Amino acid sequence: METFMEFFSFQHPNVKYVVLGTVLLSISSSIVGCFTFVKKKSLVGDVVSHAVLPGICISFILSGSKDPFVLILGAFVSGWLSILIMDKIVQNTKIKEDAATAFSLSVFFGIGILLLTFIQHSGNAAQSGLDTFLFGKAAALVGDDLIAFGIVALIVIVLVFVFYKEFKLISFDVEFAKVIGLQTRQLEFVLTSITVLAVVTGIQAVGVVLMAAMLISPAAAARFWTNNFQRMILLSALFGIIAGVSGAYISFATPAMPTGPWMVMILSGIALFSFFFAPRKGILVRQYKRYQIQRMLLEENLLKAFYKIDEKTDFESGAVFTDNRHLSKNFSPTQLQKGLKALRKNGYVTASRSGWRLTNEGFEKGKRITRLHRLWELYLTKYLRIAPDHVHEDAETIEHVITPELEARLQKLLDFPTSDPHSSTIPQ
Amino acid sequence: MTDSLWIILTGSLVAICCSLLGSFLILRKMSMVGDAISHAVLPGIVIAFLVAGTMQSIWMLVGAGLIGLLTTFLIEFLHQKGRLQTDASIGVTFTWLFALGVILVTYYAGNTHIDQDCVLYGEIAYVPIDLVYTTSGDPIGPKAVIMLSILLCLILGCLLLFYKEIFITTFDPAYARAIGLSTNTWHYLIMGLVSLTTVASFESVGAILVVAFLVSPAASAYLLTKDLKSMLFLGAAFGILSASGGYFLASAINGSIAGAMVTVSGVIFAFCYLIVSAKK
Repeated sequence: METFMEFFSFQHPNVKYVVLGTVLLSISSSIVGCFTFVKKKSLVGDVVSHAVLPGICISFILSGSKDPFVLILGAFVSGWLSILIMDKIVQNTKIKEDAATAFSLSVFFGIGILLLTFIQHSGNAAQSGLDTFLFGKAAALVGDDLIAFGIVALIVIVLVFVFYKEFKLISFDVEFAKVIGLQTRQLEFVLTSITVLAVVTGIQAVGVVLMAAMLISPAAAARFWTNNFQRMILLSALFGIIAGVSGAYISFATPAMPTGPWMVMILSGIALFSFFFAPRKGILVRQYKRYQIQRMLLEENLLKAFYKIDEKTDFESGAVFTDNRHLSKNFSPTQLQKGLKALRKNGYVTASRSGWRLTNEGFEKGKRITRLHRLWELYLTKYLRIAPDHVHEDAETIEHVITPELEARLQKLLDFPTSDPHSSTIPQ
Repeated sequence: MTDSLWIILTGSLVAICCSLLGSFLILRKMSMVGDAISHAVLPGIVIAFLVAGTMQSIWMLVGAGLIGLLTTFLIEFLHQKGRLQTDASIGVTFTWLFALGVILVTYYAGNTHIDQDCVLYGEIAYVPIDLVYTTSGDPIGPKAVIMLSILLCLILGCLLLFYKEIFITTFDPAYARAIGLSTNTWHYLIMGLVSLTTVASFESVGAILVVAFLVSPAASAYLLTKDLKSMLFLGAAFGILSASGGYFLASAINGSIAGAMVTVSGVIFAFCYLIVSAKK
C-alpha cells in the first residue's frame, strides 16, 4: 500500500518520467494501431520494429554519435524501406503477403544483428547502449527520451486529428477514396510515416519484439467493444494508458520486473478478456447465443413432431404420447431428454403416468410451426417454381424465423390456402 | 574436425530443416504462424527448464513443442471462434507468450542459462564447445549437431512417409477433405515440426533469425521453380549456401555468425528476385 501511495503521488522524479513516457508512447501507438488494424495490416508494425535495427546501426556508423534524432532518422528510413520491399515482393512475384512479411522482418533483423555485433566488436566505446533498442528500457527513461516521445505523440495525435476523415476513408475503402478524388497515395504515405514514427520511438521503451503488441493488442481489444471507429480509437488509447501506468507501477513495486513485458502482459490480458467477455462480440456471449438458438430450434422441432403425431390420429389421442418411438427417429436420446425437460419447464408439455401430454400452448405452438412450414413449402412451389420434393429442407430452416407479420402476408399472398404441395392440411 | 566446420555444419543443418518446413509454410500461407511459433516457444523453454531443473534438450523440446501447438491452436481459435482477423490474432498471441517468456527469464535469470541476447539471435560460435561424449569419454560431436541431425532425420522421415498427404493438403485442402484426409492432422504435424525445429535451432540462431531460415531460402527457391520437389532441394541448397557464405562473411567483419548467414540468404533472395524480374 505504501508503494502504491508513493507511486501514485508521482513525487519520485523517475516515476514521473517513466509514467509520462510510457503513457505518451501507449497513446501514439494505440491510435496508429487502430488504422493498421482495420486495414488488416497489423503485422506491418512488427516488420517495422524489426527492420529499424540496420538503420540505427548504419546511422551510428556514419555519424559516430548516439544522438537520438540521428538514430531515429536512420531507423525511420530503414523502417520505410522494409515496407517498400515487402510491397514490391507481393506486387512483382508470386510470393504472398505472409511470406513477404516474414522475409522482410527477419532478413532486415538479421542484417541489423550483423551490423550491431560488428559495431560492438569493433571496440567503439560510444556504442554501449545501442542494444537498448533490442529490449527497450522503459524503466530508465530520462528527460531526453521524454521530449522525443512527446514530440512524436503530438505529431501523431495532431495528424490523426487533422486527417481523421481521410485516414478513415483510405483505411476502410481505398477505391471509394480514389473515386471521390482524394490523393490516396500521399495520404497512404503520411499514414505509413506516422506508423513508422510511432514504432521507431516506441521500441526504445518496450523493445523490438514487443512493439508489435503495443500496436495490435489495444486496437484488437477495442474492436470487440464497439462498431464505431471513433470510439474504438478512444478505447484503444485508454487501454494503452492503463497498460502503460500499470506496467510502470509493477516495475516500480518490484524493481526486478521489466516494464515493457509487463505492459504487454497487461495489454494482452485486456485483449484476451475482451475476446471472451465483451458484450455482443465476445466469444462466450456468442457461444451462449448459439446455444440458446439451438435450444429454441430443438423445442420448436419437438413441438412440431408432437403436433404431427397428433395429426396422424386425427387429433383423437388427445395429445397424449405414451412412447418415444416416433420421436426417436429424428431426435437423439439426449436431445429428447433435454428438449422434453425444457418444454416441460416452459409449460408446453406435462408429464403424467400415461405419458407426455401437450398443453394448450404447446399444441398451438406446434400447430403454428407446422403451418409456417407448409405455408413456406407452398410459397416456394407456387412463386419460385421449385419442385415439391425440394422444398422441405428450406422450409425446415425458415419456419423458425418467420414473424407473425410475414405470416399474415404469406397467407394473403397465397389466398389463405388449406393444403400444401404434399396435400397435407395447412392448420389454421 | 575444426570449429569452423562444426559451425558451418550446424548452420547448414538448421538451414536444411528450416527450408524444408519453410517451403510448406510459404505454400500454405502460414509463414507468419511460423514466426509466431518461433517467438512463442520461449515460455515453453523456460517452463520446461523450471519443471525439469536442467537444460536437458529433451525436456526443452517437449515443452516448446507443446507451446508451439498451443500457439497454433490459439491463433486458429481466436480467428474462428472470436472472428478476429488472422493478422491480429497472430500478433496478439505471440507477443503475449513472448512477454511471458521474457518476464520468466528475467525473474529466474539467476537460475537459467538463457539470456535475452541468446533469445533473439543465439550464439552459434559456442556450438563446438558443448560436446557430447560416449560412455568411454570420447567426444562424438557438439550437442547441437547431434540434436539437429536427429531432427533432420525426423523431418525427412515424415516427408518421405507422408509426402502425398502433405502435398494434397497443402495444395488442395478441399479435395483432401473430400477424399477423407484430415487437414487438421497434417496442419498440426507441420506446426509441431516447426516448433521442434525452432527449439533445436534456438541456441544456435535464436528465435527471430530462425524465421529468416524458415522463409528466406524457401522463398528464393519458390521464385525459381514451380515444382515442389525442386523447390525443396533448391531451398535446402540455398540454405547450405547461406550458412557457409555467412560464416565467411562473419569472420571477415567480425560480427554475429547467425546474422551474417541471414544477410547472405537475403542477398541470395535478391539475386533470385532480379533473375525473375529480368526474365519478365
